[in-house]
Amino acid sequence: MQYLINVIDHRSESGTAAERAAIDVFNEKLIAGGNWVFAAGLADPTTSTVIDGRGDEPVFTDGPFIEAKEWAAGFWIIEAPDLDVALALMTEGSKACNRRLEVRPLLAPPA
Amino acid sequence: MSDIREALTRAHREEWARVVATLAKRFGNLDTAEDAAAEAFMTATERWPRDGIPPNPGAWLTTTATRKAIDRIRRESSRDARQRGAELLYDIETEPVGAIDDDRLRLLFICCHPALAMDARVALTLRMVGGLTVTEIAKAFLVQDTTMGARITRAKTKIATAGIPYRVPDTKDLPRRVSGVLAVLFLIFNEGYLATGPHTPPIREDLTAEAIRLTRLLHQLLLDDGEVTGMLGLMLLTDARRSARVSSQDALVPLAQQDRQLWDAALIAEGHALVRERLASGVAPGRYQLLAAINAVHTDGDATDWTQVVALYDQLVRLDGSPIVRLNRAIAVSEHDGAEEGLVLIDELGSDLAEYHAYHAARAKLLRRLGRDAASREAYDAAIKLAGNTAEIAYLSAQRESQD
Repeated sequence: MQYLINVIDHRSESGTAAERAAIDVFNEKLIAGGNWVFAAGLADPTTSTVIDGRGDEPVFTDGPFIEAKEWAAGFWIIEAPDLDVALALMTEGSKACNRRLEVRPLLAPPA
Repeated sequence: MSDIREALTRAHREEWARVVATLAKRFGNLDTAEDAAAEAFMTATERWPRDGIPPNPGAWLTTTATRKAIDRIRRESSRDARQRGAELLYDIETEPVGAIDDDRLRLLFICCHPALAMDARVALTLRMVGGLTVTEIAKAFLVQDTTMGARITRAKTKIATAGIPYRVPDTKDLPRRVSGVLAVLFLIFNEGYLATGPHTPPIREDLTAEAIRLTRLLHQLLLDDGEVTGMLGLMLLTDARRSARVSSQDALVPLAQQDRQLWDAALIAEGHALVRERLASGVAPGRYQLLAAINAVHTDGDATDWTQVVALYDQLVRLDGSPIVRLNRAIAVSEHDGAEEGLVLIDELGSDLAEYHAYHAARAKLLRRLGRDAASREAYDAAIKLAGNTAEIAYLSAQRESQD
């Protein structure tokens, strides 16, 4: 299965050098274990743009689609056989990035 | 006819969890397992009166439920899924059935998984392992059938979608996961033992009995786990006092005033044996073993030996220094050293336990013993306002009045 892991934060681009180093070590471990799919940090939610392309003319709106006190400051996508493995791995990830994490399953592609 | 009904009831009590667990493993889906098990028991109520009780009811139920599940999968599947279903059916690994490999244990661990909300864990455990109906569980927790049904469905969907695995946790995780299961069982027991709500009977024997039954099952599966043994001892020694705990006026009777003749001697003997077994192991006890030992002291001889109780609470506070444990230790100290000493300790907990009725009740009692009647009455008022159990409210109200 694949899981999306959101890094929960209430500040933006607030990672420290020590956290980045710890995340690098953790990512090496994900890669070595065959669990790595993708990961990235995200810019502040105020820099996002909402698109509605469903009508004749596209509508662009400034800002995040939902105003929240907390948001995703980055994310991982990992491969893990089940939730227990994902939780065990990302408990270490939480320690490394020094943030709370949300683990969310990706829907399996239709067979 | 009554033989048949008895056989059906016993089969339900003894075999439900095994049938669900076996099917959950085989079909990899709790929903299928639950529905097929329910259908199999339904079929039994039709067939057994006509055809007689099968020689091995458990095997009969498992076979019938398996057929029901296969029928259902065939009926509902598209061709692709049908093929997958067929593969599933032929791809059964037979694992050795050692204690730790029991499917019912897997079922308990999946129902009590830490990624589920606590109320969902409780509901799922009672449904899947306990075999209670959704209506029974809804009634037990004073919510609508539809609410409880939705809670259980949501939990099952999360298990399937999020990939919560159907297996016994590895050795490294086992103690933590077992303690998670125990927390669920203890919550069910406590809701039975000190039921909340103005229209609920003060003691819910259905819930205490179910919690004990499930804990016995867990104990049978994990005989060497000290905390499981401790939990069973704790429940038995607590439940043994049930008949003496509520007066004919439906008021709670405190331990010291209970009629010990009403206590269940067999349960006490069994509980004491479990506590002795843990003591003999020489392994440092966990919190449930200490709580069981405290209850063993309470139920030993003609009166509680408070020196031993305080010593056990000292040990417990070192493991778990939470305000509620410290409150109980303070109450023991007040019995052993006097009201003054106890009150000093209780007053330290005011900021943490201001919303907890037992804190105010304990203060009220000690303030009265010290002759501080006005303050005591105020504390009784606070306790009555926060208490949720009808018998406890009746007891506290009577205590409050008795000093006016």
